[in-house]
Amino acid sequence: MSFVFNETHEKQFQGLLPRYPHLKALVLPCLWMVQYQEGYISAEAMAYIAQKLDVPQAHLYGVATFYTMFNLEAIPQYHIQVCKTLSCELCGQADIIKSIEEETGLRVNESNALFKLTEVECLGACGGAPMLAVNEDYHENLTPEKTRSLIQRLSQ
Amino acid sequence: MITKIVSKNFETENSHTLEVAKQNGAYRSIDEAFTKPSYLIETEISNSGLRGKGGGGAPAGAKWCLATRAREMDNITTSSYLVVNADESEPGTFKDRQILEFDPHLLLEGMILTCYAIGANEAYIYIRGEYKFFAERLNEAIAEAYADGILGNKVKGFDYRVDITVHRGAGAYICGEKSALLESLEGNRGHPRLKPHKPSPEYYFGKPTLVNNVETIATVPFIVNNGAAAYRAYGTEKSPGTLLFGMSGHINNPGIYEMAFGESMQDFIDKIGGGIKNGKKLKAVIPGGASTPVLSAQEVKEARLDYESMKATGSALGTGGMIIMDEDTCMVSALKNLLSFYHHESCGQCTPCREGTAWVDGIIANMLNQKAKKDDIDLLSDISKTMNGKTICVFAPAVAMVIDGFILRFRSEFEAYIEKSLGEAHV
Repeated sequence: MSFVFNETHEKQFQGLLPRYPHLKALVLPCLWMVQYQEGYISAEAMAYIAQKLDVPQAHLYGVATFYTMFNLEAIPQYHIQVCKTLSCELCGQADIIKSIEEETGLRVNESNALFKLTEVECLGACGGAPMLAVNEDYHENLTPEKTRSLIQRLSQ
Repeated sequence: MITKIVSKNFETENSHTLEVAKQNGAYRSIDEAFTKPSYLIETEISNSGLRGKGGGGAPAGAKWCLATRAREMDNITTSSYLVVNADESEPGTFKDRQILEFDPHLLLEGMILTCYAIGANEAYIYIRGEYKFFAERLNEAIAEAYADGILGNKVKGFDYRVDITVHRGAGAYICGEKSALLESLEGNRGHPRLKPHKPSPEYYFGKPTLVNNVETIATVPFIVNNGAAAYRAYGTEKSPGTLLFGMSGHINNPGIYEMAFGESMQDFIDKIGGGIKNGKKLKAVIPGGASTPVLSAQEVKEARLDYESMKATGSALGTGGMIIMDEDTCMVSALKNLLSFYHHESCGQCTPCREGTAWVDGIIANMLNQKAKKDDIDLLSDISKTMNGKTICVFAPAVAMVIDGFILRFRSEFEAYIEKSLGEAHV
């Protein structure tokens, strides 16, 4: 087994232990920590967490595949997630996608060395539509121009 | 029209810090409430008529009673749990994040009071995974509260322990359903649980648990401070108080505005929303998050924003997050957008929902690609009937209501697409 928590995450894990009545409750927090440490959740990491929390490895795999935010494969540095649900669509989400496609040369669901471009369901920022998230940072009230300069900034 | 109870500090500078929050009176309610018996808070909440603000609008007091009574009936001597639902994922809804961003201490104060009222020592805030910024805000506020002796083994010096933990989800709409949320909080896939036929509390690892929305809990300090009558002074007889109403889509001033229940929807859109973008005419409004039936412009004129009136209008108030659509909106595309959302977010546990959402999504996609069949509208209605009331949770019934709402009010647009498809086929 090649994966172990680094010092920070081990400390965080120990801090969370007394907060929950059952070890299993720590499945989601642990998967998050793995993803922060490695960028994605590997089979080795799942085996490590399963042993740590005393749950079957299959259970962890089941959970990790249920939630869309967990990556089971390594992804590029910037994951551009464009919200495509109704309020954003009404406010011109298609133009945002177009400007990103032109700026990066990617189509939706493609990735290159730096970017991965996906469309995602409602991110809860309908008042700031159209919007996108780069990794975990929200960018709201976008225009095609703003989107282009954002991509250019990230490309540098 | 604006009435500020929960949002009273939103515009204050640095309102999220403990220092400013305290200047605004945060945590003061605890001093008095904790010297009195805990049931008094529950009574006050019941009398205030506070209704759950996450969409369902169930009376909060009755829900609190369930959690405390269950503990007595099952002879459970240990404490129960409080879980705050911050999994705000309903399209069109973005109100709880305002509380988390601008007044997290108000939520924490409400949680401490609620914990005391229902006899809970541990509380969790289940926040959607995408809300990283807001989760960090909360964690900062919680750290401040611990350092100040407000949280921990002795809340403000009283002999009562409250620990609050922020728990992040990871991108599953269904985890906003309270039993799915608890499954997720237990470390499982977010599959909703079967509900008993009689009113019952939720259970977290077998212990009675109260699950309430962020805004509901954030309203508790006002009621404890000012009494039930002060809260009842706002709103209508059956829907007392206020709600954070939201507007998005084709509207000039999108955003969140707190108003008492019972205001006119048309006034809200015209006066506060500043009317429709680009001077267009209104076509339709989805009144309370994607899962409530759409209203036509004609119905909007009559609609009043409280639970009973909205029901009478043929829709539901839901979360109060309105999606506004102008005259150029294609209603078939709008429905397609929502159906792909549901198709993606169905948890897959029940067949009518898992298969049904995929099927209806496909039918509308075909319609848009001019490959519709003659009986597609009847087929949609038929599938929606099969989805309604035959699943574990209310996800599928909500989808059915959405489909029926669109077809009932905008049938001609669907028929036009079918005619177009059939025309193409004949050529």
